[in-house]
Amino acid sequence: MPHALEAENLQLWRAERHVLRGVGFALDAGECLQLRGANGAGKTTLLRAVCGLLYPDAGRILWEGGDVRADLAAYHARLIYIGHEPPLKPDLSALENLRFWIGVRQAVPRPALEAALERVGADRWSRRAVRTLSAGQRRRVALAALALLAVPLWLLDEPTTNLDADGQQLVGTLIDEQLARGGLVLAAGHHALRVAAARVRSLELPLG
Amino acid sequence: MSWTWFHRLGSPPYVYGLARRLTPWFAWGAGLLLLCGLYGGLVLAPPDYRQGNDFRIIYVHAPSAWMSLMVYTTMAVAAAVGLIWRMKVAHAVAASCATIGASFTFAALVTGSLWGVRMWGTWWEWDPRLTSELILLFLYLGYMGLRAAIEDTQRADRASGLLAVVGVVNVPIIHYSVVWWNSLHQAPSVMRLGKPTMPPAMLLPLLIMLAGFTLLFAALLLVRLRGEILNRERTAAWIREALEA
Amino acid sequence: MGSAPSAAAPSVTPQPDAARESGTARGAPALTAAGLVLLRDLTLAFRRRGELLQPLAFFAIVTTLFPLAVSPELSRLREIAPGVLWVAALLAALLALEFLFRDDAHDGTLEQYSLSGQSLAWLLLAKTAAHWLLTGLPLALIAPFAAESLGVSTGLAGVVASVAVGTVCLSLIGSISAALTLGIRRSGVLLSLLTLPLSLPVLIFGARATELAIRGLPYTAPLELLAALAVLGVTLAPLAAAAAVRISLE
Repeated sequence: MPHALEAENLQLWRAERHVLRGVGFALDAGECLQLRGANGAGKTTLLRAVCGLLYPDAGRILWEGGDVRADLAAYHARLIYIGHEPPLKPDLSALENLRFWIGVRQAVPRPALEAALERVGADRWSRRAVRTLSAGQRRRVALAALALLAVPLWLLDEPTTNLDADGQQLVGTLIDEQLARGGLVLAAGHHALRVAAARVRSLELPLG
Repeated sequence: MSWTWFHRLGSPPYVYGLARRLTPWFAWGAGLLLLCGLYGGLVLAPPDYRQGNDFRIIYVHAPSAWMSLMVYTTMAVAAAVGLIWRMKVAHAVAASCATIGASFTFAALVTGSLWGVRMWGTWWEWDPRLTSELILLFLYLGYMGLRAAIEDTQRADRASGLLAVVGVVNVPIIHYSVVWWNSLHQAPSVMRLGKPTMPPAMLLPLLIMLAGFTLLFAALLLVRLRGEILNRERTAAWIREALEA
Repeated sequence: MGSAPSAAAPSVTPQPDAARESGTARGAPALTAAGLVLLRDLTLAFRRRGELLQPLAFFAIVTTLFPLAVSPELSRLREIAPGVLWVAALLAALLALEFLFRDDAHDGTLEQYSLSGQSLAWLLLAKTAAHWLLTGLPLALIAPFAAESLGVSTGLAGVVASVAVGTVCLSLIGSISAALTLGIRRSGVLLSLLTLPLSLPVLIFGARATELAIRGLPYTAPLELLAALAVLGVTLAPLAAAAAVRISLE
């Protein structure tokens, strides 16, 4: 049986720099892989390559045994990628942002949106313009997107940045739930994730 | 049917060597044809019954104008190959084309303008051919501007390649809209090139010049391509071997 | 590394959970997705109403320049009116292009669109439609007033129609060059250099339709050519823009 997600010997150059030097891993349902490495080791690059934004110079990404390049749209429909900065518009409220962001991908009834925001502790400020929110609060809006969007693969870049202890615990809980459902999580970052340790493996990227 | 030739063309060292071996052939061929064509055009061909000797600039103007389009098309085809098959050498070809094409376009404009002085008495006339040629020059400048503005070579390759493809789709639309525009405002141009009534003594040198310009383009392209490949692969090990050889 | 596949590992599909199943399906219908993209851009623009006026004010100022530079005589102005209106509309549309994708590229929205599982070209077409509703359509609606100030009082319906269809083409062509110049600092001049040569057919047909309309002659022929360009643009431009956006994300 093929692995759910597999990266084979990824090689990637950025200009003169050989950023990814033969990176590979395999992930099965219900597993979390934490990407570690010094700044500039290529954690973000690897995440972006795995989600198909970057085109590796060599190597393949396989989803359930098939090359994701064969049908990128179908692969994208199965993943969510959250980068350093959540993709939020300062002029819209947290609720509006979430509605437009998730709504483009799947139909979400309003009660579900509100429930997700409440879950991440955003119910009291969900109607304020994102411009007025703190960095940690914006992160929490992104967590609400995770809670809402039912996709098997999560790709998270530094998911606990800017979050307080309570928020970090929330990230751990959300990841635990995702793994319990048989989902997969690929997370870049140094902070220990507060999840059941047995399911988390880690991959150290050497500095190129 | 074997595809090895196609894969070999994707390898910079192979293409570099091929370009080095082929350059002299094209260069000598171009030189020979251009000499023959110029002698035929400037000495052997009879003067035109209306324009006298003025028409002889056609032997530089028409091939330049022809090449300006052909180079743009070559550039777009190379860029499309590079975009579709992610072939770096194809992008290097496209990048090498731009300056050559812009130079041919500029030459066509200058010679057209010189011709205009004798024919119309002005340096510039809004003639559809000259106008299209001017717009083509803007397309080349846009391509070169976009390349220059993007620092990362790979992104510059892909973005400017896409622009070349968009441009080549637009070139016929632009050309026909300019002709349509011109037909509204003035009588058809006096500058009729390659009219079928041209006597063989005039036509033959023109065809030789066309072939000569095409070979000249090929030779220039190969020289520039080698420079482009050297620059892109400057950290690769094969470069040292190639330079020592 | 890599772990040995075990028989006990739950497979990723099929999902037991009902909510999971909706996630592994293709998600929201394309029409809903495009509608949301459009609605989002309109909402955002409405939150910053002041900026909407800028291209219109620019259009008004440019048309004002001509009487001052050429002559206040209406008979002379009437003669150059189609050209003035079209060059002003072209420049105003160009000015607005810089903002078409810039914010969305900056905050990661374009990245999310390209990872949404929806067709990126389709979502960009919705964005371009919003851009036209916010700049092209208002330009077409104020064009008759600018025409009046140039001594033109006939054929205003033709002026509106030609500017409306022409700006559709300009928004589409502009979406390609705006996407190509993403991530380039101080891209304004380059954006013009890329857009203007490609816009020439639009200018030629648009100005001709306007001229014929003003003179009271039938103007459907150039308008139809303009409409043909718009149809060609709707089919091809979003594909090119999507490719350009993907390149900018690499």
